[in-house]
Amino acid sequence: MYVSSPPEPVGLANRMTARAALATELSGGASRIRALRSDGPLVLRPSHPKGAEPLTHRRPDVARVSLAAGTAGPLGGDDYALSIHVGGGSTLVLQEVSAMLVLPGATGGRSRTAVDIRVESGATFVWWPEPIIAAHRCDHEHDIRIEIAPDARMILREEAILGRHGEMPGDFASRLRITRGGLPLYDQRLRFGPGAEGADGPAILGDAGAVGSVIVVDPVWVDDAPPALPFHRDAARTPLAGPAVAIAAIAADSLALRRLLSRGVQDLGAPWAA
Amino acid sequence: MARAAGGSAALLLLADGRLPAGGYAHSGGLEPAVTAGRITDMAGVERFLIGRAETAGLTAAAFAAAACSRAARDDLSDLSGLEAELDARIPSPELRTVSRNLGRQLRRAMAGIHPHPHYATLGAAPHQPIVMGVAAAVLGLGPRDAALAILHETNSGAAAAAAKVLRVDPFEVHAILARMADRLDRLAGEAAAAAAGPACDLPAPASPLADIAAEHHRRTHVRLFAS
Amino acid sequence: MTEKTPRSLRLGVAGPVGTGKSSVIATLCRHLRDEFALGVITNDIYTDEDARFLKSAGVLPEERIRAVETGACPHTAIRDDVTMNLMAVEDMERDFAPLDIVLVESGGDNLTATFSPALVDAQLFVLDVAGGGDVARKGGPGIARADLLIINKIDLGPHVDVDVAQMVADAEGAREGKPVLALSRKHPDTIEKLCDWVRQLHAAHAAGHHTPVDPGPMAPHHHPHDSNHAHGHSHD
Repeated sequence: MYVSSPPEPVGLANRMTARAALATELSGGASRIRALRSDGPLVLRPSHPKGAEPLTHRRPDVARVSLAAGTAGPLGGDDYALSIHVGGGSTLVLQEVSAMLVLPGATGGRSRTAVDIRVESGATFVWWPEPIIAAHRCDHEHDIRIEIAPDARMILREEAILGRHGEMPGDFASRLRITRGGLPLYDQRLRFGPGAEGADGPAILGDAGAVGSVIVVDPVWVDDAPPALPFHRDAARTPLAGPAVAIAAIAADSLALRRLLSRGVQDLGAPWAA
Repeated sequence: MARAAGGSAALLLLADGRLPAGGYAHSGGLEPAVTAGRITDMAGVERFLIGRAETAGLTAAAFAAAACSRAARDDLSDLSGLEAELDARIPSPELRTVSRNLGRQLRRAMAGIHPHPHYATLGAAPHQPIVMGVAAAVLGLGPRDAALAILHETNSGAAAAAAKVLRVDPFEVHAILARMADRLDRLAGEAAAAAAGPACDLPAPASPLADIAAEHHRRTHVRLFAS
Repeated sequence: MTEKTPRSLRLGVAGPVGTGKSSVIATLCRHLRDEFALGVITNDIYTDEDARFLKSAGVLPEERIRAVETGACPHTAIRDDVTMNLMAVEDMERDFAPLDIVLVESGGDNLTATFSPALVDAQLFVLDVAGGGDVARKGGPGIARADLLIINKIDLGPHVDVDVAQMVADAEGAREGKPVLALSRKHPDTIEKLCDWVRQLHAAHAAGHHTPVDPGPMAPHHHPHDSNHAHGHSHD
């Protein structure tokens, strides 16, 4: 459900729990925001187009929301949850104001962010966030679950930066699980940091400073998804076992990563190219 | 159909690289990583093997264990669900194809070596870990054995490939395998534990470079190994 | 294997690298494709070079030529672990049923590699005069006991100082009467002999009279006694 429960009592000093929610619906031929609930550091605001957009191309008839961080973090011990419901036939573009910096907390412990998303029949979801930066000694678990209806469309980007400039990253894990019509479509949990053995080796990330992917789901690809395309030594487009593609890349830094992912999206052509 | 004596000999049979199931044609991503210039020495081989065991190895082990426990109960009704969960964990179509080719081959071999009606129920092109799990059950082995068999087979296969694509001392290759023995045991335990839960919660560790390199490898004209 | 249902004749083509295995297969396809439903499986050391060659030669529709990648172990793929090749043959037989003959080309390896009887019903072993006139005399399981030994490129004999007649005689001496065929794609009569041999083999296979023979693993080297068998009885 997109209407979350009230914030839980804070068990330990400096630990923050946040429950935010967002819902859209189709009304009178245009998408509109039906529910918008910020909570503490998770600040949701209706917004205007911000730079190039894939698929929706700054159209005015879509619901557009921006997620901003009200405080630094998450820090160790913090527990954030965001629930998103893209109602039948509506279009939601979710963007972010700035990169998210994940930091260790004063008391240690793991920070968590859980995002639960439902994309209903005929809906379109564009999630175009900024990178997550895993700072030195952080310990963060990012968990994104998406259920998308078989006739809905979606494009989302995820980028992780391994430490601030010149520092080693802390422990970071990011799971993205997408089910389509209840069946698994994509499920990957990326880990790096001192606790993830082999992550900086040649099977996983090598010496990359940034890693990311773009996932695109389009029901028109049921019989004919775009073919696999390794378009750079460190990047490839791969069709999934369903009407979807993943564009994956590693790079030295966030700028180079963004360039590779953007190129992968441009290669998809209309209507996805930004 | 559990074995009284622990089934160690049956486990060795299943994990042996000489099992005639065509595994020798694959390097488990090692040659693609060498071709890309990401492995140049033995330290690189070891880091590669560790990373691979912790990602693709753990995934394969968990699915082998899950298939084994289902086959041991004679309940193969949701094997297609396991297949779909495994597909979702392998973004590269090349690696999905390799897994299914190796699965077909393993089934072809095991159906001749130790026939069982389970093999006929596995669909046209089952994933290798699923077949390994079923084969383990048919031999009277348990989920942890199935996990260990596929971890060992894929790890030693990739290590053996190092001798053909790099200048290596074969004793050093096996020294790496010896150092990894505890790791494989631990991963097999994790896999077996995960296999007791629902399929949607089976491990899904990502290895972006393995996916990217596999797609490049398919398009490389000169290669020794199929993957 | 006792196979009641009629299936294709599986014919292996082995021999050292460069002796013309692909060219022999191309020749067979060109001359027999109107009589028989054919398929070809190639084995390569590197990628799928031989399949590309045969496809570009246009001797069969492309989909009837498939490559098996052997991971730099071409001998393993036809002898110790034939699963990949066996499945490629079975897939081909299923996809293009009914097939009369499936030709399996081994990856060019060395003198000792022969096909397992689990994979093929019969096998050709291909040598060429350019490889040296003494190769046939050296023997080995393929040279001594393949169903047919081909001495290829005999038109090149004068250019490489090889006495073709002597080479054929040496080969016959090593084979205890099993057939030897001197072949050149420039000599149509030799091609016709090759095709006839395949026709007879196919007829025997279809009638259930052909029994696969394993040339065996690497032969022990005992040259001093070889001459004793040079004029052995002829059969086949």
